[in-house]
Amino acid sequence: MIQVKNVSKKYGEKNILDNVSVTFPKGKITCLVGGNGTGKSTLLSIISRLVSRDQGEINLVNQEIVNFKNRDFAKRLSILKQANHPNVRLTVKELVAFGRFPHSQGRLTHQDQEKIQESLVFMGLVDIQDQYIDELSGGQKQRTFLAMVLAQDTDYILLDEPLNNLDMKHSVEIMKILRVLADEYGKTIIIVVHDINYASSYADYIAAVKDHKIIHFGPTDEIIREDIMKEVFDIDMTIVDNCNNKVCIYFK
Amino acid sequence: MFKHKIITILLVALLICIGIYMFTFTGVNLDYVLPRRGFKIIAMILISFAIGYSSVVFQTISANRILTPSIMGFDSFYLLIQSTLVFIYGDKTFQVLNAESNFAISVGLMILFSLAMYYLVFKRESKSMYLLLLVGMLIGTLFRSISSFIVMLIDPNEFMIFQAAMFASFDKINVNLLTISSVVLIGAMIFGARYFRQLDVMNLGRENAISLGVDYHKVIRVNLMIISVMVAISTALVGPITFLGILVANLAYELVKSSKHIYIVITCCLLTAVTVIGGQYLVEHLFNMSTTISIIINFVGGIYFIYLLLRSNKG
Repeated sequence: MIQVKNVSKKYGEKNILDNVSVTFPKGKITCLVGGNGTGKSTLLSIISRLVSRDQGEINLVNQEIVNFKNRDFAKRLSILKQANHPNVRLTVKELVAFGRFPHSQGRLTHQDQEKIQESLVFMGLVDIQDQYIDELSGGQKQRTFLAMVLAQDTDYILLDEPLNNLDMKHSVEIMKILRVLADEYGKTIIIVVHDINYASSYADYIAAVKDHKIIHFGPTDEIIREDIMKEVFDIDMTIVDNCNNKVCIYFK
Repeated sequence: MFKHKIITILLVALLICIGIYMFTFTGVNLDYVLPRRGFKIIAMILISFAIGYSSVVFQTISANRILTPSIMGFDSFYLLIQSTLVFIYGDKTFQVLNAESNFAISVGLMILFSLAMYYLVFKRESKSMYLLLLVGMLIGTLFRSISSFIVMLIDPNEFMIFQAAMFASFDKINVNLLTISSVVLIGAMIFGARYFRQLDVMNLGRENAISLGVDYHKVIRVNLMIISVMVAISTALVGPITFLGILVANLAYELVKSSKHIYIVITCCLLTAVTVIGGQYLVEHLFNMSTTISIIINFVGGIYFIYLLLRSNKG
């Protein structure tokens, strides 16, 4: 469980996060939704210690995150940001192997090799494990970075717009993988997505961000409502029931 | 394994270079020639390793493959120190200051300079490596302008003293300085090698490195200090020579096709040593000392740099 209490962040005079408090439940997928520039990515970055906060408290399993040692923190929580361009040419397998760094500091043990192989299999990358990542398609590349995060084997996984630049097939594929990770492996996943329907179809909880605050947080069913969507996104949506989940229609 | 083969080949090439350098054109006075050459070879290997090492590590922490530590303004700061000394003491420079004290002043000031740069830039909120590079570049230009201004003020005879400092040369190394430099440089390399695995992760970018538990700022800070010490010592010993770094670091990456710093750094160090010893041999015997090694290196390095720019433009 990640508890965020009264966290604020400013860049100069500009408010990025304004007194944000939220608790992300364990073993569930929580989607952060909201417009551009509302502070979703910054919130993820602050939780994962990439960016410092001006004030507030963040607890991971009841311990303030700044008190973790770098290595211990990296064994518990991982983050994948949007743009990933390594400065060297790496093969798929080499990149995935970096996921084991917090555990073995670069000296791979037998157990590390097993974990690497496991995540390659899980992400369906075995056939291309020796290819260089700069030769891969967008979907394969995203899967490779996810495989690295998976090899890191953390209980908490934060993903900043993992569906960016992916076509629908690959987006659905990634979301299904995340569902398996949450349901079968008990991972807590926090993810920023832009298309509300990926959130409504795959998330357990939704945190809606607007004007640098979390204005709504709750189970997906309670948040996908026409009035809330209007408030969050400033556009009119029609919500349609499709089997067990709701679909927002906003093309007009 | 492939990378081991490359390293072995380079090691053999280095030994051959050393052999040729030591034992050809010896003349009759072996007792005089051999110790002198042996001493120069030790100096060249040492400086090469410092350049090779610092270039690869600097490219990693700056996340840029076409930079060398000279972008931080080390070379121009060294020239500024030298021109100021000549300006103050005039033609008495070498009477007032012996080589040892000049070395101590230069190294001390250069390390202070990089510390000051680091704290000015990294104490601020943005903490960006790019800001550090930009500031370094601007300050470097400022220093170069000041030293060319000083050069215009001084007497042409005094300029000759300064000119000797402008180009790298292995002919003027002092024995005492070499001993202390070796100790410091080897110490710095052994200390720095502990960070190689973390540097491997740094190549994935800042965010991934932090996510994988690397203390990003500490790795940059420690390695920047190691690089400063290395560059300061090698510049104060032989003059500005860091341009070589672009050439050798990129060649090392091309050759080894690995991302592990341990292999890249070793390859780069050996490659630099082969280049420097080979280049020095050409300077001494083909060009009859009519040119300096830094001119040859800058010529070849410049061509390679243009090639790199053109290629990265295409990709």
